[in-house]
Amino acid sequence: MLDVQSRTSESQTAQESKSTPIFEVEDLHLHYLTRFGDKIPAVSGVSFSMQKGEILGVAGESGCGKSTLVNGCMGLFIPPLNPTSGDVRVAGESLMNRTPSDIRRNVLGRKITMIPQGAFNSLNPTRKIKDFAADMIESHEMGSNKKEIYDRLRERFRLIGMDESILNSYPIQITAGMRQRSVIAISTLLNPQMVIADEPTSALDVTTQKAVIKMIFDLLDKEIFSSMIFITHELPLLRHVSDRIAIMYAGEFVEVGTTEQIIFDPRHPYTRALMGAMLSAEPGQKQKKPVAIEGAPPNLAKPISGCRFAERCPVARKECHVNKQEIRIVGDRQVRCDYAE
Amino acid sequence: MQNKDIFTAKNITCTFGHGKKMVKAVDDVSFTIADEEIVSLVGSSGCGKSVLAKIMLGLIHPTSGEFLYNGQQIVNQRKHWREVQPVFQDPFSCFNQFFTIRSQLKASFGILEKKPSDKEMEERVDQALLAVNIKPPEIEGKYPFELSGGQMQRMLLARIFILKPKVLIADEPTSMVDACVRANILDYLMKLKEELKMTIVFITHDIGLAYYVSDRLFIMYKGKIVEQGPPDDVTLSPKSEHTVQLLDDIPDIHKEWIKR
Repeated sequence: MLDVQSRTSESQTAQESKSTPIFEVEDLHLHYLTRFGDKIPAVSGVSFSMQKGEILGVAGESGCGKSTLVNGCMGLFIPPLNPTSGDVRVAGESLMNRTPSDIRRNVLGRKITMIPQGAFNSLNPTRKIKDFAADMIESHEMGSNKKEIYDRLRERFRLIGMDESILNSYPIQITAGMRQRSVIAISTLLNPQMVIADEPTSALDVTTQKAVIKMIFDLLDKEIFSSMIFITHELPLLRHVSDRIAIMYAGEFVEVGTTEQIIFDPRHPYTRALMGAMLSAEPGQKQKKPVAIEGAPPNLAKPISGCRFAERCPVARKECHVNKQEIRIVGDRQVRCDYAE
Repeated sequence: MQNKDIFTAKNITCTFGHGKKMVKAVDDVSFTIADEEIVSLVGSSGCGKSVLAKIMLGLIHPTSGEFLYNGQQIVNQRKHWREVQPVFQDPFSCFNQFFTIRSQLKASFGILEKKPSDKEMEERVDQALLAVNIKPPEIEGKYPFELSGGQMQRMLLARIFILKPKVLIADEPTSMVDACVRANILDYLMKLKEELKMTIVFITHDIGLAYYVSDRLFIMYKGKIVEQGPPDDVTLSPKSEHTVQLLDDIPDIHKEWIKR
């Protein structure tokens, strides 16, 4: 126990000397509690830290724990989701063991915010965009003046290059792309430090997707927020958006590295398989068949002894089904595979 | 050998609303789709792809112009649906939440002229499930909300294996699923095409996907077909500016996409 403590304090001083990370997740374990009292581990052993101005991409197939990780990163534990162990810190402030109402009032919106996937489901269909946004500000800043809030909204929309007339419309009156952009503008109104975007563009077509990504970069340039976690299953999109990519499988990070490393030189068999399932309109692609990964992710309700990917891994060895794989450093990236060279 | 035409559209226009608020969803479009061909309709949202799909399914009639299936106008919808079947984007809104999936798959026999015997129906459902790589016990007694998006999308495809239509209209069948499941679903579509000798109309906004599956591409913009041809010609030497736009907007790992 002492050992662990001394190690963490050592690593902390080492990090402080470099530059203080804006957001840290340390060995985070999360589980869902079923009504029979079983614990289903959804996220296990996730650690990363983020510097100012950095975009971390998280990729993986559906059901691998991406969205659970998002809730964990916000410190928002609403049953059946429960934290098992680990720590999440925004600018040094821990988000663990706090009540949802405390998190909602003091953390969400100001320090950390989320951009959801379906913009239409996040807006109130019976209220104008400006009233919806004003509600958000009022609940965070008690006793603020309505007129001032509207002025502030108009100013913010002007700053990020959006039409002010959108503020006066209802969600159904504007296009899907505009709705998603309004949601992004509203979630970043209070200048949060961290933004977590959970598949912000997967419901949009390619042209609108580009416009939304452009807007996100613009917000980053104008220092409205300082860093971001971008969650998606589209690897080609991450190639252009993120600085670093973490590949997630069955609740664990299996490979973390820079964008170039992950996209052009994947080492973990799962990352390689993901790259193989990609499609693009390039000459010669028509003959090249995208290779789907056979099978489904493992059932996390049952304990898994060996590597979690072993069942579907094309290069699995006998030992893989027995030995638990730990994350290790290969070159300057992290890989959770004993045989990745 | 030239296959016979399945769909023929002659100057079809489809409008919604009246007067100033009138919207031309499909604007003076003509094309033919031959038997056993895979055609992709590509365009951004609001370009009229889905309206065209609904016209093909006989759900909407064009405001003007002529739309023919096998040389005849679509009069009887039920009769039409025995031969033309859709796969939609969101499988969860296609299945009723209150009935088991199996019973709904069985109910799809209702569209046929003569219902087979109960035993044969059960057998055909089992075969169709195996064709989409799902073991029948896996969905025994399950309701739509108990399955994942990828599994549900495969249920929609299983329906196609059951009904064995001549034409399949696939309206964004992969836009809700992740990359691995997408590769899977495309495999099943190709299998359908090979086994049942089907004509497939594939609707998508992802030109990369369209390039991979189709024999011919239609690029749509604001209700008009602005470019059509074999996928290699359209993607490698695009003539219309809208095609160039669509190609540019796809994030590609080897190309510059957005400057940061």
